[in-house]
Amino acid sequence: MTPLLPMTPLLEVRDLAITFAPAARVVDGVDFRIMPGEVLGLVGESGSGKSVTLRALLRLLHGARVEGHVLWKGRDVLAMPDAELRAMRGRGMAAVFQEPTAALNPVLPIGLQIDESLAAHTDLSGAARRRRAIELLGEVGIADAARRLGAYPHELSGGQRQRAMIAIALAAGPELLLADEPTTALDVTIQDQILALLLRLVADRHMGLLLVTHDLGVVAETCDRMVVLYAGRVAEAGSVADLLRQPRHAYTDALLRSMPGEGEARTRLSPIPGMAPKLGRPLDACAFVPRCSYASPECSAHRPPMVAVEPRRLSACIAWNRLPARVAA
Amino acid sequence: MNRAGAIVGRIAQIIPTFFLIGVVVFVLARLLPGDAVSAMLGDRATDEAVRRITHQLGLDRSMVAQFLTFIGQAAQGHFGQSLAFRVPVASLISERLPVTLLLTLMATLIAMCMALPLAFVAAMNANRWPDILIRAVFQVGLSSPVFYVGLVLLTVFAAGLRLFPVGGYGEGLPAHLYHLFLPALTLALSFSAVIMRTLRGSILAVLRAEFVDFARAKGLSARVILLRHVLRSAAITTVTLVGLHIGSLLGGAVITESVFAVPGVGRLMVDSIFSRDYPVIQALTLVLAVLVSLTFLATDLLHGWLDPRAGV
Ligand SMILES: Nc1ncnc2c1ncn2[C@@H]1O[C@H](COP(=O)(O)OP(=O)(O)OP(=O)(O)O)[C@@H](O)[C@H]1O
Ligand SMILES: [Mg+2]
Repeated sequence: MTPLLPMTPLLEVRDLAITFAPAARVVDGVDFRIMPGEVLGLVGESGSGKSVTLRALLRLLHGARVEGHVLWKGRDVLAMPDAELRAMRGRGMAAVFQEPTAALNPVLPIGLQIDESLAAHTDLSGAARRRRAIELLGEVGIADAARRLGAYPHELSGGQRQRAMIAIALAAGPELLLADEPTTALDVTIQDQILALLLRLVADRHMGLLLVTHDLGVVAETCDRMVVLYAGRVAEAGSVADLLRQPRHAYTDALLRSMPGEGEARTRLSPIPGMAPKLGRPLDACAFVPRCSYASPECSAHRPPMVAVEPRRLSACIAWNRLPARVAA
Repeated sequence: MNRAGAIVGRIAQIIPTFFLIGVVVFVLARLLPGDAVSAMLGDRATDEAVRRITHQLGLDRSMVAQFLTFIGQAAQGHFGQSLAFRVPVASLISERLPVTLLLTLMATLIAMCMALPLAFVAAMNANRWPDILIRAVFQVGLSSPVFYVGLVLLTVFAAGLRLFPVGGYGEGLPAHLYHLFLPALTLALSFSAVIMRTLRGSILAVLRAEFVDFARAKGLSARVILLRHVLRSAAITTVTLVGLHIGSLLGGAVITESVFAVPGVGRLMVDSIFSRDYPVIQALTLVLAVLVSLTFLATDLLHGWLDPRAGV
């Protein structure tokens, strides 16, 4: 393995745009980068384009036009030859999908679904793969792992399926894990176990982690930096601590306000008044205007540019310096 | 897992089915216009002769008595005497049935050999020219009546090019296969169209399934994805369809055997209907219905084996 320079990102996304036929632009100009050992949170309400973005990173979208650059260690994923793409998937970037029930093959036992990942990316013998599969199931907290290898997805509980999917994604020892709401289906104890496991892998193996979530509590506990998506665009991006203390986008401000009191550590995004916008043709205005309490005529005049409001802090909000700081972050 | 128990249960379930089939068969045979005795003796038979023969055949007894005799004997594999051939129905059927079974088996194999690779090619090239061509050709196969296809094949390959015999069954297995090839192909054409379309559709659906994307996200090779993830799931729907279709294949055999003069149960059935040979009609319908039920059972079991979610 060649040692990575500390400043070489694992993944760099530049100006990503995703359009479903005929003219539904669902992701529009998204940028972010992930360093080895970094945990990046991708936050946004339902339909803001989180899952679509994640799939685009692995070139798994059907019937969509994907533009921009997805650079895996400097190589453009969108133009990668098939063999290189195959070697990168699973081993370089691995994914945990949003819906475990749909992502697991219903007619193959869990053990085989782990095994084939190991077989594709390692030289381990059949017996060694079996041992590794048992270890992996144990690591994600599935009891009686050896016996569970033969189980089919429908024989597992929802939480066990979720964990089996995480075990599959981790099987080949990925350098970057793309996790689409990996803990949503789980109860709080298990959720903590899984997050702790992921953070351990981040610390031990220097794995990068892109964590898609609705849950600002999870972001606060686990992520270094976060990207807030609104209607397929980056609203703002920056370090989690800064962002939660002093939002620099009116949407983030509204998001934090809609969270219940400080007493509750873990909170889901509750709806902000107004409707999420219909996605369609790219809008030459801020998409949040109809729901925004800081909106000025300028916001509707053109699309606000992304501004570096502080070092390593980006915002696409004209009102960024009028937003109040949050008390007691 | 109690798979063996489930299988036994499933077999037990089809016994009442057999009884119901027996009732329907018995009633249907008697609803046919005309009667056996006048069919046997012709129009100019004396009343006395008709009465004597009717009595001999037991046809003057009550319907219930006739039915009980029929069911009782059928359960033991006795189906009485053929009215037309004057030999035991059981021996008549055991002589003809293997012919039809071989024909059906060949037709199924030919249909699969045509449909499986082509469904694959069509699905992998969905809506491009190979797919469009394959579907167009199969559409013709599907919309042509069996007797017409049979006659065309007969005219071209047997009468015209003299590559195949025009009819009959031959002696010994190689001759049987040779004689049955054209009739089997006739049956296979429309059957393969059905298989092709279903399999193509399920492959396309599965290719877009989330679990196939997940398999891709793992970095599996295209071959593993196709053979392990796509084909197996697509096969589940197709197996069920093929099983359900064996019944209509037997129906098609009636026509094909007549066109190609194949001495199978299909032709026996046609002949028996014309001569009002009740015992043969009843026995044949019963045997065929039982065969179809057994095919369904086998299909269910195969489905249960392919799809772990189906509790047999
Ligand atoms: N195959 C598709 N064809 C057309 N539109 C799609 C397709 N897949 C997703 N979209 C649209 O893209 C937008 C973003 O969807 P996406 O699934 O990324 O949302 P999300 O942020 O993951 O939401 P959630 O939090 O509910 O998972 C939605 O408006 C959705 O309707
Ligand atoms: Mg999603």
